[in-house]
Amino acid sequence: MKNYDTLINDLAPRKFGRRGTIWVFLLVLVIIAGVIAYIDQIRKGLVVTNLRDYALWGIYISNFVFFVATSFVGSATVAVLRLTKNKWRTPVVRIAEIITLASIIMAGFTIVLDMGRPDRLMNLFIHARLQSPITWDVIIIPTSIVLSFLMLYFPLLPDLKVLKKAFAKSRPGLSKWYGKFGLNWSGSKKQKAIQQKSIKIIAVMAIPVGIMLQTIDAWLFSTTYRVGWDSTNMGAYFISGAFVAGLGALITVVFVIRYVRKLEHYITEYHFDKLGKFLALTCLVYLYFNINEYVIPIFTAPVEEEIHLNALIYGEYAGLFWFSQVVGLLLPLIILLFKAGRKPRAMFIVGLMVVIGSWWKRYVIVTPTLLHPFLPIEGVPESWQHYFPSVHEWLITSATLAMALLIITLFVRYLPVIPIQRTAEEKGYLTKIDKKEES
Amino acid sequence: MKENNKKSRRKFLDKGLKFGLAGALGGIGLSKITNRAEANTDSESYYKMELMTTDGTIVQVDANEVVEVEHSHDDDVKYNVREGIPNRKFVMVIDLAKCKNALKCVESCNKHHYITGENAWLKVHKMQESRDTAPYWMPRTCMHCDQPACVTVCPVDATFKRRDGLVLIDDDRCIGCRFCMAACPYSIRVFNWEEPKQGETSEITMHLGGEHPSPDYAGMPSQKGTVDKCDFCPHTIKNNELPHCVTACPNGVFYFGDKYEDTVTNGEETLRLGKLLKDKAGYRLLEELGTAPSVYYLPPVDRLVEFEDGMENYNEFQSVDIPEEE
Repeated sequence: MKNYDTLINDLAPRKFGRRGTIWVFLLVLVIIAGVIAYIDQIRKGLVVTNLRDYALWGIYISNFVFFVATSFVGSATVAVLRLTKNKWRTPVVRIAEIITLASIIMAGFTIVLDMGRPDRLMNLFIHARLQSPITWDVIIIPTSIVLSFLMLYFPLLPDLKVLKKAFAKSRPGLSKWYGKFGLNWSGSKKQKAIQQKSIKIIAVMAIPVGIMLQTIDAWLFSTTYRVGWDSTNMGAYFISGAFVAGLGALITVVFVIRYVRKLEHYITEYHFDKLGKFLALTCLVYLYFNINEYVIPIFTAPVEEEIHLNALIYGEYAGLFWFSQVVGLLLPLIILLFKAGRKPRAMFIVGLMVVIGSWWKRYVIVTPTLLHPFLPIEGVPESWQHYFPSVHEWLITSATLAMALLIITLFVRYLPVIPIQRTAEEKGYLTKIDKKEES
Repeated sequence: MKENNKKSRRKFLDKGLKFGLAGALGGIGLSKITNRAEANTDSESYYKMELMTTDGTIVQVDANEVVEVEHSHDDDVKYNVREGIPNRKFVMVIDLAKCKNALKCVESCNKHHYITGENAWLKVHKMQESRDTAPYWMPRTCMHCDQPACVTVCPVDATFKRRDGLVLIDDDRCIGCRFCMAACPYSIRVFNWEEPKQGETSEITMHLGGEHPSPDYAGMPSQKGTVDKCDFCPHTIKNNELPHCVTACPNGVFYFGDKYEDTVTNGEETLRLGKLLKDKAGYRLLEELGTAPSVYYLPPVDRLVEFEDGMENYNEFQSVDIPEEE
């Protein structure tokens, strides 16, 4: 019984400390700056960005692709690890579910920021044409949002009940809310059966939906004739990249939460070791697709493609290209091969490298291609031949990232980041309580 | 058991089909009957009428069946913007041998389409395939492809392909996602990054002309946050006139015409399209992509002018005269 109480005490949500308050305050500041920049963009038009007729997509789109990629972590860990019956997943799944929901919501949001006429958003439904990959996105993103919400919500039900009870005396108001969201969960056998079945269905669905989401995202690019996008490799390449980006984000967030909430007993070095091996595996797969994407075309590249590849390998984009390849993929892979590299602290750094590398990788996928069209770039101001985001773009993009972090932070604030009920069951604390309640 | 199952399923399908068919027929029959009933209310006579068909045979028709055809009075003036002009297929031929980068086409296009952005719809590219081959000037309009990549990817049907070959944009529907721009392999599309400075001219013209803004109205008014591009001047074609670039060119580079009529003209000479393309080895830009453009090029051979003469007008970073700001 005592064990169970400490468990609840450890895992139940807690008020922000001073650090937490400052963190939230900073995030809100960044978001406000972004909102102001966006209002300005609406008023003046996309002219406030550095996007022009050639570099017609920029960080709004690459940031969108990044969010879509990180949202894959839910399918990757929750669904894949569940279906492969990997027991070690318990303490990290909830965090993965939270990241997934936050990212996919923000993905849906960021794509609107790029629109020239956001006021005509409804046209996407009124005049929808099924042959456009954007319409596929319009279908799959809401689907993913609903699915990732359910993937977070259903396993949460027993925990909400636990929290309702735990806060009944100390915070009756909060307790009431937990009760409401808990949908009168009683934990009866019938309810449990329904819940288990639903979770199973969601987990099975999460994989095809996740794969579709990543693939459609890739098809946004590969359905064009553009050099560097027009590649049959794109779908699989994006999925493997999403595994890496998602796991990188997961590891980083898990480390921070573990550190702030002092969960070293629950998320142990063993879990980090497992996550590290998982990330190493996905890095290897991603490396394979990168070779397919960048090395093999060198042999048969037509002129335009050669110009594109040269710009990536030695030219204007070499810095970012090699940064994303080395820091975002090769170094993490090498570090993770060593046991010492899979210790929590090292993993945190690896996670950060992967996340930052992944973000820039999307930039390298989106931007250079647009600046290598088939016909020469002529008759436009010289500055249009290059692209680097403007202050507005940075402010707005930072705000979307801050918003994602804020959503994650608020979830962490109000939800148990590690499933209480499941942990209790697995540790065998619960049998006693069940008996007690029954008697 | 299995056999049984199969049989019953087949039976079910069979019955379903029959019922469906019967239902459909019944429906048609019913509507026919009601139609007739409606026609009968006008007159109750049963006499037959003799009429001549278009091929000259006399036929007898029940007088009740004869209904007057409603004539549309504005057939010539109005046409469906999204369908285009019936029985036409507009094409352009650009003779690279004649182009010396006079840029009159660009000027005229900019002027008549009220282009205020920094990127003209029509541009003349300085081309050279490789170091050893001759450089040449290449005017580049919208290709008005028959397999337009831009139309395929548009999520809201804002850009569309007409039966007469034109690819146009509905400014009022475009959401500004710029997917069409990414999809176009010829990079011909331009975007209104800010409020177009067409200003009062367009407002006044709109009111004077009494025309509603329409995708074929000379690119005017352009709208902030939407895509624009070369439109093959439907506003002139409608009046049986040639597009502005064709008439503006002092060297007769541009030929415009109808593929069904197999004729193209540059205003001075009128030629058979098929023969012209065969004789001069016409080709289309990036044919290998399969976009099937409506614009043909004649190779830059036997040129009368030096390539260098065009360098005078060449400006790598400007295609639109930008009014100096006060």
